[in-house]
Amino acid sequence: MAAIEKTRERVASLGEKYKYGFVTDIEMERAPRGLGEDIVRLISAKKGEPDWMLEWRLSAYRRWREMREPSWARVHYPKIDYEQAYYYAAPKIAEKPKSLDEIDPKLLETYEKLGIPLHEQKLLAGVAVDAVFDSISVATTFKAKLAEAGVIFCPISEAIRDHGDLVRKYLGSVVPVSDNFFATLNSAVFSDGSFVYVPKGVRCPMELSTYFRINASETGQFERTLIIADEGSYVSYLEGCTAPKRDENQLHAAVVELVALEGAEIKYSTVQNWYPGDEEGRGGIYNFVTKRGDCRGRRSKISWTQVETGSAITWKYPSCILRGDDTVGEFYSIAIANHFQQADTGTKMIHLGRNTRSRIVSKGISAGRAQNTYRGLVSVHPRAANARNHTQCDSLLIGKECGAHTVPYIESRNPTARIEHEATTSKIADDQLFYCLSRGIGQEEAVALIVNGFCREVLQQLPMEFAVEAQKLVGISLEGSVG
Amino acid sequence: MNLLEIENLHVSAQGKEILKGLSLVIRAGEVHAIMGPNGSGKSTLSYTLAGREGYEITAGRILYRGEDLTPLAPEERAAKRIFLALQYPVEIPGVTTMNFLKAALNAQRRARGEGEFDALSVLRLVRETAAGLNIPEEMLRRALNVGFSGGEKKRLEILQMALFEPSLAILDETDSGLDIDALKLVADGVNRLCAPDRAMLVITHYQRLLNYIVPDRVHVMTDGRIAAEGGRELAQELEAKGYAGFVRDAA
Repeated sequence: MAAIEKTRERVASLGEKYKYGFVTDIEMERAPRGLGEDIVRLISAKKGEPDWMLEWRLSAYRRWREMREPSWARVHYPKIDYEQAYYYAAPKIAEKPKSLDEIDPKLLETYEKLGIPLHEQKLLAGVAVDAVFDSISVATTFKAKLAEAGVIFCPISEAIRDHGDLVRKYLGSVVPVSDNFFATLNSAVFSDGSFVYVPKGVRCPMELSTYFRINASETGQFERTLIIADEGSYVSYLEGCTAPKRDENQLHAAVVELVALEGAEIKYSTVQNWYPGDEEGRGGIYNFVTKRGDCRGRRSKISWTQVETGSAITWKYPSCILRGDDTVGEFYSIAIANHFQQADTGTKMIHLGRNTRSRIVSKGISAGRAQNTYRGLVSVHPRAANARNHTQCDSLLIGKECGAHTVPYIESRNPTARIEHEATTSKIADDQLFYCLSRGIGQEEAVALIVNGFCREVLQQLPMEFAVEAQKLVGISLEGSVG
Repeated sequence: MNLLEIENLHVSAQGKEILKGLSLVIRAGEVHAIMGPNGSGKSTLSYTLAGREGYEITAGRILYRGEDLTPLAPEERAAKRIFLALQYPVEIPGVTTMNFLKAALNAQRRARGEGEFDALSVLRLVRETAAGLNIPEEMLRRALNVGFSGGEKKRLEILQMALFEPSLAILDETDSGLDIDALKLVADGVNRLCAPDRAMLVITHYQRLLNYIVPDRVHVMTDGRIAAEGGRELAQELEAKGYAGFVRDAA
């Protein structure tokens, strides 16, 4: 009897697991279905872009036409019909609102519901937010306060118009237009995203964050983020993502470029919670993302932290090019795949400079029938004397039908390099679960506790304001995975 | 009042009958010892009382405060103040002992409809209780049982027993693998927790623990049944005779 009751409760709770699955009913403006030069021109015109930007997009588009979708990742999905999707969708706004009071209340409400109030007084102290809704940025908070410190934090569409020289200098300098199929597509049709410039010697006075929301159906989101940390500066940036529940799959192909000049440090954190699809594997976001940081100047540092709990498919390898001497790259990752989710994620650490160091800590959790792959490359080039890498890949399996895979590539062309790789695979043991239960901790909470313990090293890397949320998210993502 | 009544209990695990008609009555305020050789079903009894999955009751029943325990999940039993100190406490990497204790305390309180403790109250309560048991604070900051010595693990079990204030505490071979000093510390903890409204069931292979914890009743268990029952003198008799004599008696 107890078992039946439990099953019933569990079924009832299934519908509520993804609490960000609502749709905002708002009048939208869309580009026509499909992709052609006309669409690229239309997007560029919508954004009021200069000619050089349009040309850049068009050359990317022409290139993309010649490219083929990659198939090397351990993910399976039906062929995407790129002609059937929409590439631009934006809530109808007569003019760009000058203040929050002019923003459609429905949008403000949406962000409230997501736990991101956009009124500055309600916001977490010390965190500035750029809110991107489908193809456009609807609000950026604390701009004035940041401007006092000389920090530019704005939608990239605005940066293209107002800080054209900076954008032109750095855009595509880390992820070239022709880098890969999805990045090239993004270069042609990217809509919005955030731009950050931190001037020389400035320690950015607040955490910066962008909140990406997909709302429109059958629409791809192609955000583009560019962060430049000038000499001796520091910035910590966090992005969060959610989307409505739908039976269809939606494409999200972002590009993020980071540039750290001499002595600069960029800390980039992601909490990715796109709709993962339902228990049967219907719907969910295809998250095909290219993220790369360039430690261009000496002694610079780039640190990626990601908590990947959402998306039907994740294809993502935030990487560091350790170009300058004495540079440091870090990658801390938690990837959770439950039900029918597929995650193929990892990093590339490209050691070009001398005395470069990299550290990789990957925690993969698979449950249900999910497949979770760590794929990583550590490459030491001939000039990179004394390069060091330490990689640790831990996989945790919950249940019998899921899989964990580790695919580390190591290339060393310098005899002084030292590369270490450790990997473990474990299961949540029955005796661990029973121990928790016998102390009064219920099944779901016990799994969350054990998994959070498993991920602790990575969670600790998150800015404090977000660590608690991320811990909860880890628990929620795994609900219903045991028993 | 009878706190625990076990009547003609038959339990199977992995298709094999292990408890074969065990009966036992424990009243509030009493300390009972169950002694028995390896394989007599001692751990099966403790797991069955705690509600572990895979231990199937095929006949008989268990009443706790007059209520049938069988339909209750382990966490529900914990909330009703049944506590099992495990023979082999489990390691949970990355979860600090303090966090674990907080999660457990609050889960139990929630289930009982009591308010949760905030972080500070838990911290205070745990620190005080730990100090009373000579448990260094440093241990609370370490991951649960990870890298703990055998003695430390058992002391942590005693700390939990003290924090959760059980009505029925079952100690499953808490003495195993302990040197004499650790054994004394554990026994001291147990003795201090004896109370008129609390019953303890001490399961042990060896008599030596009973030099430090003095039971009201001693039961000898062989082959899934209670083969003999008596006062504390029975433990000494057992020490002299060995289990072999009782196995014969039972047969």
